[in-house]
Amino acid sequence: METKLKYLITGDGVLELELAGDYLKYDDEKVIRELYAATESSRVRGVRVTAARLRRWDSTLLVILFNLEKIARRRKLKVQMEQIPDGLKQMLVLAFAVDRKPAGEKTESIGFFEKVGNWGIKIVSGTRKGCSFLVGAGASFGRLLKGKAVMRRVDFLFALEDCGYKALPIVSLISFMVGLILAFVGAVQLKTFGAEIYVASLVTIGMTRIMGAVMTGIIMAGRTGASYAATIGTMQVNEEIDALKTMGVPVGDFLVLPRMTALVLTMPLLTMWSDFMGMLGGGFVGITMLGIPFQRYWELSVEAISLGNFLVGVFHGFIFGIVIAVCGCYYGINCGRNADSVGVATTKAVVSAIVWMIVMTGIITVICEVLGI
Amino acid sequence: MTNEAQIEVKNLTIGYGDFVLLKDISYRVNKGDVFIIMGGSGCGKSSMLRVLTGLVPPQKGTIIIDGMDFTRAEPSVRSDIMQRCGILYQSGALFSSMTLAENIALPLQQYTSYSEREINELVSLKLALVGLAGFEEFYPSEISGGMKKRAGLARALALDPEIVYFDEPSAGLDPVSSKLLDDLILDINHNLGTTIVIVTHELSSIFAVGSNSIFLDGETKSIQGYDNPRELLKNPPNEKVRNFLTRGGSEHA
Repeated sequence: METKLKYLITGDGVLELELAGDYLKYDDEKVIRELYAATESSRVRGVRVTAARLRRWDSTLLVILFNLEKIARRRKLKVQMEQIPDGLKQMLVLAFAVDRKPAGEKTESIGFFEKVGNWGIKIVSGTRKGCSFLVGAGASFGRLLKGKAVMRRVDFLFALEDCGYKALPIVSLISFMVGLILAFVGAVQLKTFGAEIYVASLVTIGMTRIMGAVMTGIIMAGRTGASYAATIGTMQVNEEIDALKTMGVPVGDFLVLPRMTALVLTMPLLTMWSDFMGMLGGGFVGITMLGIPFQRYWELSVEAISLGNFLVGVFHGFIFGIVIAVCGCYYGINCGRNADSVGVATTKAVVSAIVWMIVMTGIITVICEVLGI
Repeated sequence: MTNEAQIEVKNLTIGYGDFVLLKDISYRVNKGDVFIIMGGSGCGKSSMLRVLTGLVPPQKGTIIIDGMDFTRAEPSVRSDIMQRCGILYQSGALFSSMTLAENIALPLQQYTSYSEREINELVSLKLALVGLAGFEEFYPSEISGGMKKRAGLARALALDPEIVYFDEPSAGLDPVSSKLLDDLILDINHNLGTTIVIVTHELSSIFAVGSNSIFLDGETKSIQGYDNPRELLKNPPNEKVRNFLTRGGSEHA
């Protein structure tokens, strides 16, 4: 049954609202606004609601009555409710029964200087936390060398498996594709000079010196760094880290050490593998597209490998291993205590690992420049 | 139950940053007590437990455990005290990558020089004590919530602690499992003389096991009741305690 809100204002200033029929999903915006406006008008000195013929109703009607009564209370008008169903009456009572008020404004707006100050404090405390984490990780490593670390062999082996051969397929695929792209882009340019034969050295030098390590680093940050942060973060949410702390088990030894050691050991190996796969990718373009015979391409590639470049690449891999493991574990351990914060921790771990890898690449490049490698 | 103090809390203030949750709290837990820390949601009971177990430092005040200052203890003394305490976390907090046996063996490996065989036997015994004999090789994800709590209790009991802390032991348990856990708590208390500290708001548990209790109130940030819970119900010191122990007045003693 189509129902409308019907109201009138009597001569002595009483707004009479008669509810009749069904009010289900009632959303006649115009009439409702008019009703509120009428209640606000200075002519009105009281409100009377009668519901003798009201049949069915839901929260949409309740909202109207709730707002009506709020306006009336604010304007100190007398409200009469006649023949209102018990359920509706009780719900209104419940809605006005304030149990506890918010203690204060939830979001205080703060000034510019305070914002900058808070930001500064955050950076300082974050740096301090990060440094103490690094020192702790170093101490754990020291204990490992002395054979005193509380690390389960099985945890280490599990981590080694996870970031070792299980990572091979994705590292292989991406590195092959990167080698392929390098060769392809290089070939298009080199062809204009008739120098496409140099594609082999381009790919080999590019992959061994930096691209192999960087690609492996990015893959492992997304794959393993994220998984470290999520696993350890979930342990934080489940109170497992609390349990470790109160049991007196050093969290650094137990959680960080196996993961970091595994990643630091596998990253250089994965980098070497990535170099190789990249060269294969380059070879694919060289042989199929440029028509360089396999034998010739292979010779050119081997000629282009220099021990310096190769070692610099592997060293990058080693450093990236530390960066990824530290970022993953740090954000995992400092994760908040709800599901949302695990997501935040994972994002931060991956983003900061990538940023720090680029920073480290810059530093290593400058050092190599100075040393003339 | 003796009159010897196991835990003495003196003028403890708990909070985070500028925010004070509880102020100037003092109470003592005697040896062999089943001590209940109760209060409404958000009153700071869980924070109290985090401070008692050393996870969070208090803003002010001292906690003395067995006559030793726990709040300002050197790391070695602290670790010494922690070995005498077992904790059952709300979710059980079992390490999900380890079997139940490995979970319970961890504190034993950490603090004792027992051989592997001895540790295995102890683990089986502790699991049997909580009714989980034969579950050694199960992973936490393979057992129910109630079983996880019992396994967590087995781990808390691994080192024969003098004090066991419980964080909301009945949370998330059906009435029968909850009753079983209460019985287990009483068994441990009676037979091993272990001091028990329970943070909870579950009335049935409070009356079933508590021998002494404090009622924390978040509004006044203070202790509003400090006695045996049944005594508190009989002679409530104020309206807040009466309301809490009678579910807002709907239940009568």
